[in-house]
Amino acid sequence: MALLSCKDVAFAYENQIVVADLNFNINQGEYLCIIGENGSGKTTLIKGLLGLKKPATGTITAGDGLKANQIGYVPQQTLAQKDFPASVGEVVLSGCLNSRGLKPGYGEKEKQRALDNMKLLGISELKNRCYRELSGGQQQRVLLARSLCATSTLLLLDEPTAGLDPIATEDFYGILKNLNENHGITIIMVSHDIKEAVMNASHILHLAHSSHFFGTCDDYQKSEFAKRFWGGGIC
Amino acid sequence: MLELMKEIFSYPFMVRALIVGILVSICASILGVSLVLKRYSMIGDGLSHVGFGALALAAALNVAPLAIAIPVVVVAAILLLRVSENSKLKGDAAIAVISTGSLAVGVTLVSINSGMNVDLYNYMFGSILAMSKSDVTISVLLSVVVMGLYLFFYDKIFAVTFDETFAKATGTPAGFYNMLLSVLTAITVVLGMRMMGALLISSFIIFPPLTAMRITKSFKGVLIGSIFMAIIGFAIGITISFIYAIPTGASIVLTDMCFFFLFAGINWIKNR
Repeated sequence: MALLSCKDVAFAYENQIVVADLNFNINQGEYLCIIGENGSGKTTLIKGLLGLKKPATGTITAGDGLKANQIGYVPQQTLAQKDFPASVGEVVLSGCLNSRGLKPGYGEKEKQRALDNMKLLGISELKNRCYRELSGGQQQRVLLARSLCATSTLLLLDEPTAGLDPIATEDFYGILKNLNENHGITIIMVSHDIKEAVMNASHILHLAHSSHFFGTCDDYQKSEFAKRFWGGGIC
Repeated sequence: MLELMKEIFSYPFMVRALIVGILVSICASILGVSLVLKRYSMIGDGLSHVGFGALALAAALNVAPLAIAIPVVVVAAILLLRVSENSKLKGDAAIAVISTGSLAVGVTLVSINSGMNVDLYNYMFGSILAMSKSDVTISVLLSVVVMGLYLFFYDKIFAVTFDETFAKATGTPAGFYNMLLSVLTAITVVLGMRMMGALLISSFIIFPPLTAMRITKSFKGVLIGSIFMAIIGFAIGITISFIYAIPTGASIVLTDMCFFFLFAGINWIKNR
């Protein structure tokens, strides 16, 4: 069974349809890139997958024992966050909140999980540093570590490399690839970066105002859809 | 110094003011951390104006001030949050509308009732004499409730303050915690406003966290620093107010402001 499946899904804002007739499945271990122009409904779809916005029609179902609150989400950073006075340790640990219920505080298990994830992403030595003093790339790793605390199956990223310099961007894609290939984590990412998407992802979902494409990366490159939008010369 | 302390503690009204003042300062400073970081600083200000209207109403109806003010301000807090989340009237505009509206209602009520007099002045700028014995009991109880709830939900409040969307996506009911924050703020504002004044109480929410943010690097650090700043600012401020007979609220705000500039200065020199 698929990890997440969308069946005939449509989203609307005030009766204005943004996305329609979406059908796709994501299986364990896949790497899906969602691309498309501004206003084609990428962020809306992400909200839908997270359960923050109900689809106007159709259903989104989670399978393979995935619970709705176990999707590791890496949102676009807000301005308020960039100068937030919190230590890296505090931010990462807050990802464990979904396993605590109403109980106050964190247990040893959660603290260890936070430490492990910081180690995995190479930010252990930043634990006591202040979040606002970090570089953009480091901040993004912290947010990634936090979402790994919330999930061990599925990561959902919304333009995670926006505002990063080329080196940090490259690093970040490397980390994602490692998580996907060596730790079996399924990745869904919204991206503007079509080249990177095609290079790293296993599947592509291209949203456009009137239609969309879903399929493997290879199929996408051969498709009429890609040619129409990118003139054929992606790579 | 010792003489002065003795003198201060020999007046029952000063002891009452100290007890309530310190508790309210602590509540305001911890709530302030989240409010300032969530860019909700003006909520305290808006609510205190509503509180002013409610106090004027209580005086006009001749009933206990807290009995009217607390429910009215709590309802206003919930409304403010709802309005700013759901409608086209965005946060700051909603606050401006509600706060000036209730200020106008308050001033009208006071002037019909008794003319512009000492009462109005005290409501606006606070009076050290404002606390009665029963007020103290209610204030102590409610402050303990505010602090207790904040402490119990500390981790959730942190998560919602740092990143509401992530919190929601991972199953934390962010709306509930926003509501909790604004209700607790409403209670704190009402408890503090008669002593500190309706026009000044919001600085109790804003200054201590801002000062603490100059010097600390973690959320917990900001919280603890903020509590310290609030208590020290209050103690110095109320002493000055006692010696020179100036309104309590104003002298505490001035003290807080001095601390803010002091630490901002230290920070600036350190980072040069």
